[in-house]
Parts: sequence; structure tokens; C-alpha cells
Amino acid sequence: MSAPVARLDDVHLSFAGVKAVNGVSFEVNPGELFAIIGPNGAGKTSLFNVLSGVYRPQQGSVRFLGEDILGRRPFRIAAMGMARTFQNIALFEHLTVLDNLMLGRHQHIGYGAAAAFLWRGKARNQELEHRRFVEEIVDFLELEAWRSLPVGLLPYGVQKRVELGRALAMEPKLLLLDEPVAGMNLEETEDTARYILDIRDELDVPIIMVEHDMGLVMDLADRIMVVDFGTPITTGTPAEVQQHPDVIRAYLGEEIGS
Amino acid sequence: MSTTTSTPGAGSSRPAARRGHRSRRPGGRPHFYRSYGQELALFNTRPKLSGVGAIILVALVLPFMLADNLLQTLALAFAFAIGALGLNIVTGLAGQVSLGHAFFLGVGAYTAAAISGDPDGRTIGFGITNMLVWLPAAGIVAALAGVLIAPIATRLRGLYLAIVTLGLVFIGEHIFREWRDLTGGAGVGREAATPELFGFSFARSNALFTTDQNLYLLMLVLMLVFALGARNLARSRVGRAFAAVRDRDMAAEMMAIDLPRTKLVAFGISSFYAGCSGALIYSVIGFFEPSSFNLLLSVQFIAMVLIGGAGTVAGTIMGALFISLLPTLTRELPAYIPIISGSVTETPNVFQLESILYGLLIVVFLLFEPRGLFGIWIRIRTYWKGWPFSY
Repeated sequence: MSAPVARLDDVHLSFAGVKAVNGVSFEVNPGELFAIIGPNGAGKTSLFNVLSGVYRPQQGSVRFLGEDILGRRPFRIAAMGMARTFQNIALFEHLTVLDNLMLGRHQHIGYGAAAAFLWRGKARNQELEHRRFVEEIVDFLELEAWRSLPVGLLPYGVQKRVELGRALAMEPKLLLLDEPVAGMNLEETEDTARYILDIRDELDVPIIMVEHDMGLVMDLADRIMVVDFGTPITTGTPAEVQQHPDVIRAYLGEEIGS
Repeated sequence: MSTTTSTPGAGSSRPAARRGHRSRRPGGRPHFYRSYGQELALFNTRPKLSGVGAIILVALVLPFMLADNLLQTLALAFAFAIGALGLNIVTGLAGQVSLGHAFFLGVGAYTAAAISGDPDGRTIGFGITNMLVWLPAAGIVAALAGVLIAPIATRLRGLYLAIVTLGLVFIGEHIFREWRDLTGGAGVGREAATPELFGFSFARSNALFTTDQNLYLLMLVLMLVFALGARNLARSRVGRAFAAVRDRDMAAEMMAIDLPRTKLVAFGISSFYAGCSGALIYSVIGFFEPSSFNLLLSVQFIAMVLIGGAGTVAGTIMGALFISLLPTLTRELPAYIPIISGSVTETPNVFQLESILYGLLIVVFLLFEPRGLFGIWIRIRTYWKGWPFSY
């Protein structure tokens, strides 16, 4: 088996006494869809922020593509190939769908301010080339109808899709999805599930997904980690996790007197 | 709505007769883009091209129709527009509110004046009067000042940044007042840079044109060049990164955008524009003194960007023309409204009215049309697109 794409080792993160992440370790293998579940406030999004460099854990190690990325600035980690979507959509709302997707290409486009002023030769060629690439994502996520509209005007479900597209435009080596189907109806959830599977299988991008929709997680994930109050309870396949007594306790509570 | 075909071959394989037929489409129907190059072009629709072309044509004819003093006002307005385009880059595009624009204007104006100044004069001068030297130099020195300030500014956001840049204006004013060798000192001032290109002076009338016609045409051409640059920048990788930082800086970082660096570049480019603008404004006027670069000048630029339409190049130019021509309009007022006086000693006078109008216009536009003059234009355009139907 090849080396894991990302690996967290005994990560501790606290905010002035509140332990957000308490000794979490896991690894994500190539081509794997790894899900993190847990009740609200369990520290799932904090884990994403640790991975993408927004938070710096007090203890532990974070490795991505074999490199230690602890303390590296977020934009450098992103440039290494870690893309993410946000729980509450974080698009550039005044820009069009195309511009948002083109921003995903930022690190792949290689001309500077001087060339930008002329917008000839190198700058123009690169814009055209990456526009072509972005159009494939538009095609993949069926965003054709919304292309040239500012994303702030789009319906919620479409915005979620644009955000996914923006992350894909980065050609990520690891994709972090923070609640990809939050607030979606059944039909939209099924569409998104299809996109996620396609991303893993066809684009061959490993994914870490945080999600509350248990049906989706159990159907899609290869492995699941359950966290509660920042502490990992168990990690395993969907079948293993569902049977785990501690997981049942965290989700359903304990019987009185037991 | 634009439709793009990714297979240009499909169109060209059609018989020539069909294509000839298709070119006779009913008027007003949108073209279909056949390549990304076509769609990403600066003027990607025919009305845009002909509209801008017509405006430029009118602007080129104007100097032969208007009185000289109005031409000078317009030449100044164009020079101001260059500065406003600069502020639009840092504030409108990159979302960093800067009240320090007057400082960078001053740096540019003094750099240009010093380079082009008389070597034997009262103030510092190197006697290089060629515009091709002092104009880029003014921009570069101002840009360097901007880059020096940027590290402080990139740590701050919103109101805090506004306050820091406000402080910059006062520091600048003090330096300009005290550095008498360069600036001539408060109340005295110095000669500005002379607009001269390889011995051809725009500041003198010649066989063909009067001084004001010369300056008008020079400033018009320069403004168009700077506007084209700003427009290209806005639609490039760099401009997109600016807009991303403005809209959501945390997400921008996740797109591998280096925030401090991006803000630094925004400040640098903005200050370059400001420096060139400062050099040009006073080369039209001919003489300037340190107190010119005060807070009111910064506020004027903010007003231009906000009233014109933050983030848009066309809007910013509209705003700059509007604000620059405002005094010309208000000076006419005493003739119509008797309680407003034309002299400084009486209250209320037109000069007080002007200051009030800047503030009032900012408030009114922010309340009723935050997209500025450009927004009004979009509304008119949308209305006539659908005419005679309401939508």
C-alpha cells in the first residue's frame, strides 16, 4: 500500500482551556473517502482548520504528501494541493461563477502584474487555456446555465455546487468537504453524492468529508472516524462504526441506570 | 446571455451560403461567441465597441468646440481620473479603504517637479524635462512609498486601516511643509513638472493648437492608456485575486492567494497611479504648494470612486469627471440662487456649498445607489434592453 496522503498524529488543540481537538490521529490513503462524524461542537471543523493551516495545534504532527505542514501558512498548504469547501458557503459573491472557478486556478496561472496590464501574449494565452479547463468543470457540475451570473444571486444549492467546482479547479491532491449536503433536499443530496463518488473514482482525488447526513456518510465513506468533544471514539468501516457501543452512546445517549 | 461553443470547427464546416445568410440576422440580436478569445475580449459585444468608440471620438472633437478654460478643467479632470483609477484598484477592487491617497499624489508631484525642475532654481531640480522620464519616475517613487506603507496596512482591516492611512496624510503634509528645499515651504510652493516630450512642450501654444487644447489631448490620451491598463488588470489573474481578497479573504487564502503580498501589490499599483496623477495634475496647473495634499483631496478621490461606482473602471472615470466638473457647475449658482454668494467672505458661499456637496453626494449615493453612476447606467441599459417591455 502506498503512503498516506495526509496523516494527523496525536493532535491537541485548545482555545484558552476549551479542548477543541484532543489527541486525534488518523490517516487518509490515496483514493479513499474518509468521513468524520460527530455531534455538533465535536471539533470536526476545527480538524479541517488544523489541516488547512488556519489553526495551529499545540501538540501533535500534521503531514500532507509526506511533508510536515505544521505551522505552514494556509496559502502555502493550499498551493501544495489541499482544497476545501466551507460549512457556510464562502464564495466571492460579487464575482461570476466563471471568475470564482478561475480563482481556483490561481496557483496554476503563472503571469504577474506587468503582463496583466497588457493582457497580450502570455497573459491572454494562459487565460484562454485555463478558461478551457474551467469549462470542463462547468460541464462536470452542470453549471452551464449560471456561468456568467454573480454567485451572490444564485440559489443555495447551486452555490454549494460552485464552491465544489472552485475546489476542483485547484486540481487538488486532497479535498476537504465540510458538510457538502447541509440544507439540501433529497434530490440535491443524491446529485451531490453522485458528484462526490465521481470525484473520488474518476478524478481519483482522496476526500475527507464532514457530514451530518448519516445515510450519505454510511453509503459513501470507505472509513469513518467518530469524534465527540474533540476526542476520537473509533475509526473503521461504516459497518464497524455502526455497531460500536460508544458511538451509539454518543449519538443516542445512555440508558438511565445502566 | 452568452453562449459559448467549445468546438469552433462546427461553425466553419457549414456551407458558405448558410453563413452568409446568418450574417444578415435581425438587428439587435446577440452574437454567439465562437471562441473563448472572442468572449474574453475587452469589447466582446458590438455595442460596447461602437459605444466606447463614439465616446472617444466625441472627446477628440471637443477641444475644437469648447472654450479654453473649460478645456483646462477637463484636462484636470482626466488627470484626476488617473488618480481615481488608482484608488479604485486598492479600494474598489481589493477592498482596502485608503484615505492616504493624497500623500501618494504628493510624492508623485514632488518627484516629477524635482526631476523636471530648474537646476539653478530656489528648489531642488535636475532639469530633465522629458515626460518620459519624470512621469514613470513619479509613479515608481510613489509606488515604492506605497510598498513601504503596505506592510503596516496589510495587518489591519476596515476602519483601522482607514485611520492609519488617515495618519499618513498628516505626516505627509508635515513633511511637505517642512522640507523647504524640495517643496518651497508652506505658502510659497514651487513650479510643477513641465509637460514636455522630446522638446515639444504641451504647456505652450503652437501653430496647430492652443495650450489648453494641447493639455486636453495629452491628458485624454494618458487617461485612456491608464484606463486600459486598469481594465486589463481587473480582468486578469491579479485583479481576480484582488476581488477575492475583498469579497472573502479567508476563502482567498484557501485558493493559494498570499494575502499580504496581494495587498502589497494592490497598494503598489494604486500608488503608482496616484503618483502619475499627482505629477500630471500639477503640470496642468503649473504651480503648487504643500497644503494641496490634505485630507480634502483624499476625500475627493473617495467621492469619485464611490459616486462613480466602486470596482468599475468606467464608473470611476464618470465619477472623476463628475466631481471635477462640480465646481464649474456650482460657480454658476449665485446667478440663479441669490442667497448663495460667489465671494469667500460671505456666508453661505459656493465654496462652502462645494464641500457640503461632496459629503452629501457620498451619503446620497451610498443610500440610494451604492453602485454609483455606473449602477445608474446599468439600470438605463437594462431598461432599454427590454424596451418596450418592462422585463
